Amino acid sequence: MSLLEVRQLKVAYGGIKAVRGVDLTVAEGELVCLIGANGAGKSSVLKGLVGLVQHGGEVRFAGERLTGRPTHAIAASGVSLVPEGRGIFARLTVAENLDMGAFVRRDRTAVNIDRQRVYELFPRLAERRGQMAGTLSGGEQQMLAIGRALMSGPRMLLLDEPSMGLAPLMVQKIYETITRVAGEGVTILLVEQNANLALHVSQRAYVMESGEVTLHGASAELMSNPQIRAAYLGE
Amino acid sequence: MDIFTQQLINGLVLGSIYALVALGYTMVYGILELINFAHGEVTMIGAMVALSVIGLLMGAAPDLPGLMVVLAGVLVAIPACMLLAFAIEKMAYRPLRKAPRLAPLITAIGVSIILQNAAMLIWGRQYVSFPRILPEARHELFGAHITDLQIAIVALSLLIMAGLWLLVQKTRLGRAMRATAQSKEVAALMGVNVDRVISATFVIGAALAAVAGVLVSAYYGLAHYYMGFLLGLKAFSAAVLGGIGNIAGAMLGGLLLGVIEALGAGYIGDLTGGFLGSHYQDVFAFFVLILVLVLRPSGLLGERVASRA
Ligand SMILES: Nc1ncnc2c1ncn2[C@@H]1O[C@H](COP(=O)(O)OP(=O)(O)O)[C@@H](O)[C@H]1O
Ligand SMILES: [Mg+2]
Repeated sequence: MSLLEVRQLKVAYGGIKAVRGVDLTVAEGELVCLIGANGAGKSSVLKGLVGLVQHGGEVRFAGERLTGRPTHAIAASGVSLVPEGRGIFARLTVAENLDMGAFVRRDRTAVNIDRQRVYELFPRLAERRGQMAGTLSGGEQQMLAIGRALMSGPRMLLLDEPSMGLAPLMVQKIYETITRVAGEGVTILLVEQNANLALHVSQRAYVMESGEVTLHGASAELMSNPQIRAAYLGE
Repeated sequence: MDIFTQQLINGLVLGSIYALVALGYTMVYGILELINFAHGEVTMIGAMVALSVIGLLMGAAPDLPGLMVVLAGVLVAIPACMLLAFAIEKMAYRPLRKAPRLAPLITAIGVSIILQNAAMLIWGRQYVSFPRILPEARHELFGAHITDLQIAIVALSLLIMAGLWLLVQKTRLGRAMRATAQSKEVAALMGVNVDRVISATFVIGAALAAVAGVLVSAYYGLAHYYMGFLLGLKAFSAAVLGGIGNIAGAMLGGLLLGVIEALGAGYIGDLTGGFLGSHYQDVFAFFVLILVLVLRPSGLLGERVASRA
């Protein structure tokens, strides 16, 4: 059984149908990517999953229905979204941002262990723990956003365009981290416009166009698909 | 007697009350960008409830020390105001959370009128006097006088403000409040129940208002169903002066406004050659408000400009 099961997800903003019936599954331990052009509806899928926007269809996580639950309850059930544009708390310190990530956890010892793990993963964050998060560079903010999501001890990470607006070296660093986190057993749904990157690190992929999934399959196969190469890999 | 020192003391006393009320405005604005005009009325209700309790107790147990009686009044007024603010947020503001900004603003004015009228029906149109049951000793300080009550007002206010600062900076709830003020969506993604944090913000502000209401009525010796209007407007001016949305700003703005007002009242006669008397002291708050809005809309400590509403 899949950890995440999405059936006929629909999201609309007033009259604009942003997601028109998307089916999608992610198995435990998998790294699956969702790629598509700007405006395809990728972010809307993630927002629907975590209840940030109203949606039709059904979302199940670990067998439980998430549809209709408030966002804070979904977050507490082990799904953690790193939003597009990172969404760090600029006027909280780096350490306080990480504490917010662990907001629903009561087990102090486990939280401390995870905090150490995040600081090891991103030594830069450890150096700047007392600094206001708004003073960090874009790449550091992305590290913080991912680190903060890890602080919740998630079973599943939803990443919305983690490479957006970053210098190539920083993108590489972020992707190394994503692979490492996936290697530690965290299930990941990765949304990207940068198809090349996403297809390289993922096992399976979904391609979205105008609110619908038009293709899906093993990432390696999609990479050699001429249609994909033409549309998303710039060939 | 040194007029300057005396007015400085009077100003700090008044200012610490303004600060307590201003905090309620600024905390709610910080989280909802809503100017909760009903907050002044919550302060008034605090005073009225406390005075009712004080009156009842004095009748029922005439031997009780005055301080205990007033304390009992405060201890009833606080939860009463907390409950009131909780209900106001839930019934009047929450349904309008996603409405255009003007809707909750007009609702706030409506709530404030309803509360004034309710208070008038319950407690009448007359001034309710605060019984003289508190110690009234006067002390010398730097060539000026300060009363026990004045000392108590400043000390209690500073204590409460320090407590609030600790709550906001050091506790889990405080962190959630600051996070929610920055982004409700992301706070929810962290597992924060945003509705509950918003309720908590209103309720904490109301607790401070209840104390402020009792203090101000003890200071002036009276309370009135309409007292929340001017007090609220002044506290709002103080919050704007400090930078609305900024907690340290509300504390600073309150104290500063009190001092400006007291010094202004002390010297306005001299400055205008006797043309305007000290009863014009209320104009200073609005003079300050207008000056701030024109010269520095973000206030003394504010970063963001309160451009809308
Ligand atoms: N809050 C919103 N209000 C109205 N339309 C929106 C909103 N968010 C997204 N949309 C629209 O929905 C469509 C999908 O957007 P989005 O999910 O952000 O796509 P992607 O993440 O793939 O770039 C776009 O046409 C976008 O303009
Ligand atoms: Mg997007």
